[in-house]
Amino acid sequence: MTGKTLFDKVWERNVVSPEAVDSPAILHVGLHLVHEVTSPQAFTVLKQRGLKVRRPDLTLATMDHSTPTLPAGPDGARPYATEQAKVQVETLAKNCADQGIELLDFDDNRRGIVHIVGPELGRSQPGIVIVCGDSHTSTHGAFGALAFGIGTTEVGHVLATQTLFQRKPKTMRVRFKGDAPLGVTAKDLALAMIAKVGIGGATGHVIEYAGPAIEALDMEGRMTLCNLSIEAGARAGMVAPDDVTIEYLRGRPGVPEDFEKAEAEWRTLYTDEGARFDQEVEVDVTALAPMVTYGVVPDAGAPVTESLPVADNDDLKDAYDYMGLSAGTPLNSVKIDRIFIGSCTNGRLADMRMAASILKGRKVADGVIALIVPGSEQVKTEAEAEGLHDIFRAAGAEWREPGCSMCIAMNGDAGAPGEVVVSTSNRNFKGRQGKGVRTVLASPATAAASAIAGHIADPRPYLSGEAA
Amino acid sequence: MDAFTTLTSKTITLPTRDIDTDQIVPARFLTMTDKEGLSEAAFHDWRFDADGNTKPDNPFAGVDLNEHQVIVAGDNFGCGSSREHAPWALDALGIRVVISTSIADIFRSNALKNGVLVIDVPEDIHADLMTRPGEDITVDLEAEELRFGNHVVPFKTDPFARRCLLEGTDSLGMLVSSIPHIEKFEQEMGR
Repeated sequence: MTGKTLFDKVWERNVVSPEAVDSPAILHVGLHLVHEVTSPQAFTVLKQRGLKVRRPDLTLATMDHSTPTLPAGPDGARPYATEQAKVQVETLAKNCADQGIELLDFDDNRRGIVHIVGPELGRSQPGIVIVCGDSHTSTHGAFGALAFGIGTTEVGHVLATQTLFQRKPKTMRVRFKGDAPLGVTAKDLALAMIAKVGIGGATGHVIEYAGPAIEALDMEGRMTLCNLSIEAGARAGMVAPDDVTIEYLRGRPGVPEDFEKAEAEWRTLYTDEGARFDQEVEVDVTALAPMVTYGVVPDAGAPVTESLPVADNDDLKDAYDYMGLSAGTPLNSVKIDRIFIGSCTNGRLADMRMAASILKGRKVADGVIALIVPGSEQVKTEAEAEGLHDIFRAAGAEWREPGCSMCIAMNGDAGAPGEVVVSTSNRNFKGRQGKGVRTVLASPATAAASAIAGHIADPRPYLSGEAA
Repeated sequence: MDAFTTLTSKTITLPTRDIDTDQIVPARFLTMTDKEGLSEAAFHDWRFDADGNTKPDNPFAGVDLNEHQVIVAGDNFGCGSSREHAPWALDALGIRVVISTSIADIFRSNALKNGVLVIDVPEDIHADLMTRPGEDITVDLEAEELRFGNHVVPFKTDPFARRCLLEGTDSLGMLVSSIPHIEKFEQEMGR
């Protein structure tokens, strides 16, 4: 072996016992993020077996999926979609109290979507293994952590032992070469990558994102990109820590006391010259345009300037049926009913600023509903300090409380059957945003531009000032 | 977890590729804190219309789930969310085996921990199986063999997952017994 990959280095740092033919490696988990949806049955197993949470200090809980994004009423009652949703959130609070786990509760100004708060608090750090019962845990790989989603059984394993059985995955490097043109954001890089690799193309792999376009991305952009790794089937996505990473982390509450020492270690986490990957992929960024999806899987994506491709297979024909689309239609002519800006993919301050830069002084088209949901209390506070909420409201958009909201539509925030929603979230699966809802994945810029136009729209004329 | 050794059952074929976990269990069913009601949630929007009536043309309609415990699905089955409710729901429906040309990582991991065996087969075998809905297949985990028609097809399972399935044990106990080893690692690494 001529050199180690970033992934190899992080893997090795966390192996408690190495894998053998008949047994997987035992991996140590440096941060376990917990939320209300995928944890209750795991806590039940611990209770049944008389086990305690082994390392509450390496565990952090928040509530995000089932939580309402409308504020509590004057009586303090929160407008949960169902009684069961309320019970689920209360169950998390009780389990955390019983087991001594820190919980970012409703009254905590650090609460938010699990994949937004980990980084904000400086808890998502290079070189550790980060897991959560949520597939978008890949987000934290932006810091050079090995971060991946797990099921509830494994949530129980980590709660009880702070470890997991894991087989060493394969590696893929995706190089983004060139500079991203105006209006081409991290979301567009990700959708282009997924379209190229395919929804299952990275199954069994950990992706490392590299190249000048990645080095040029801020942490928010890197998180968006790593977040979407799972939509190409990857176990995780990673970016090697650099100055951008270090400066993002410096001064955050959760970072190690001896920051300089930690920094020196983090700076050793990069892929050595000559290290081998199982697969290599290259994406030329200079040729990209803003991307949107047109089908019911995230790899059905194309530049917003193109027309819908011919449906050459039954699955795409079925997808067009569901989406109410047909081959040959220009993407930027597709009428929309709603936009959603938010989620662990695009619910950060940079996303809010991007949306505001387009919506400022403009109006959401008649008949279009625009829902903008900050990813965390912190994002909300910072956005409001900049007056972004006023810009959104003046444009006719709704500004809500933090949460997953319409990304997964399990808190009551959902589209109506048949509606076309341009969404900054991560999945366009059938029914994902409500029964019969037609999701078009896009960047915050494209979603904002589409809200103004009333149809899928290229954000570039709005960004350059060409469009009114 | 129930042990899995050998099963002979009829197949249900789902030719669609990329069947995601939102199809297997729509997110609105995920507010539960136990595992009750998942047999109704399983493939809910494929099986039932807006009024809750069974859709006549759905692939599960008229299927006796006591006799059809094997799904043969299109490529990349179980992609998307990490919700373990997906294999729980399949289990609640009575499904014990999913066969495809590829299975998404997290779903695979979750299924194998819940007594649901997932099997990758080559494209030609998969294409053959797709032409045989409702036919008997024998899934022999001990021998790692599929037997149907006059075919005998070998398959591979992760040796650890296979042992857990054959014995019906879950791996939590093994990790718990490693705690002294884990503590030593944490001390040495300053975690």
